[in-house]
Amino acid sequence: MKPAPFAYAAPTTEDEVLDLLAEHGDEGKVIAGGQSLLPMLSMRLARPSVLIDLNGVAGLAGITEFDGGVAFGATTRERAAERSALVGDRLPVLAEALPLIGHEAIRNRGTIGGSIAHADASAELPAVAAVTDAQLVLRSRAGGERVLSAAEFFQGHYTTALADDELLTEVRIPGSPPGAGWAFTEVARRHGDFALVGVAAMVVLDDAGSVEAARLCLMGVADVPLRLPAVEASLAGQPVSADTVAAAATDAVAGLELASDVHGSGDFRRHLAEVTVRRALTTAADRAGAPA
Amino acid sequence: MTSPLTSTDISLRVNGEERSATADVRTTLADFLREGLGLTGTHLGCEHGVCGACTVLLDGAAVRSCLLLAVQARGAEVTTVEGLAEGDRLHPVQQAFHDSHAFQCGFCTPGFVMTTVALLAEEPTPSRERIRECLSGNVCRCTGYQSIVDGVALAASRDAG
Repeated sequence: MKPAPFAYAAPTTEDEVLDLLAEHGDEGKVIAGGQSLLPMLSMRLARPSVLIDLNGVAGLAGITEFDGGVAFGATTRERAAERSALVGDRLPVLAEALPLIGHEAIRNRGTIGGSIAHADASAELPAVAAVTDAQLVLRSRAGGERVLSAAEFFQGHYTTALADDELLTEVRIPGSPPGAGWAFTEVARRHGDFALVGVAAMVVLDDAGSVEAARLCLMGVADVPLRLPAVEASLAGQPVSADTVAAAATDAVAGLELASDVHGSGDFRRHLAEVTVRRALTTAADRAGAPA
Repeated sequence: MTSPLTSTDISLRVNGEERSATADVRTTLADFLREGLGLTGTHLGCEHGVCGACTVLLDGAAVRSCLLLAVQARGAEVTTVEGLAEGDRLHPVQQAFHDSHAFQCGFCTPGFVMTTVALLAEEPTPSRERIRECLSGNVCRCTGYQSIVDGVALAASRDAG
């Protein structure tokens, strides 16, 4: 047995989960798909006293229409989202990102809420949440319910606004603006590896074919999924051209502080980030109907 | 509500048989299968979800048994590599791997076989590209993978799903 000892609770209702979290606070840890937590337990990087398993909790998984968008119960499996016609229809950027997460055996267990609550800045779903302005529903015994934006939720490496006694119960992703083109592009050394860098982008064009609105989110380059509001604003009103896209990509990576490690130097990562922004913006603009 | 447990009886169906054993709750499904039930066909390489050697089917879906606690599989149907052959007759995927020399040392093979069984159950005629994508979560240090891709393609051509 590799994990340090813990006690295991298998609640069947959300109320029971909230009671357990209220009782155990930071000594309690919820497990959903476990695809990030089990390795951390096995390496003893995480040593909770009580593991609270969400897998038997009724009503915590499911994909439903929500105000033109899609709401995901926190324990919705990534594979279920991948196979959802509603996701394919409403959330093209999520549909494009899901197959890039780990491997099928991982996605068969991994959950939408788990990945977002884990908040690995190199993971795809936090970037999707950030670029779509997702709303995260948090509940606790003491505080009731609060709904945070992705921008409020992600605070740093593996760090979120979730309090010790709080449970992420739902992820609400708004519907796409009319005419929007989306793209999710990443560079990984091998399929399914954590990406060195990834970019989620959205482009909406006006009647003249210029950019009406743009969104850009980089992953793997900072301690949170990094939205770039200044670059997004600077794209508005610009004609879609190779020069526009290249300038935005240069601006996007200008302020990044990137460390070197065994997977690549900081300079290499900056190069990848610039190229990936260019590709994502170009693809998103194409999909929004920009002439080739 | 039941109070948190540190050790418990775990009952599940493995390869069509009801099995039960007592285990510490921190036991992974992989260790439970190997040590609790004596089913050592499921291999453990990295034990943190990277190598794919421990892949089994949980209610028909390929999962990594090192990334699941045994206690989480209570009541589930688990299929391991031991559950594939019928007596001396190999499962069509095993036979196709054999015919294609889809292994050398064989350590990673149970994981590749289970991944392939899950793939072909869902997609009986995957393209070679799709096969490679699906196998990307399993690591082999001997073969260079080409013969494994051949084995999956051969199994698919024989309608082995």
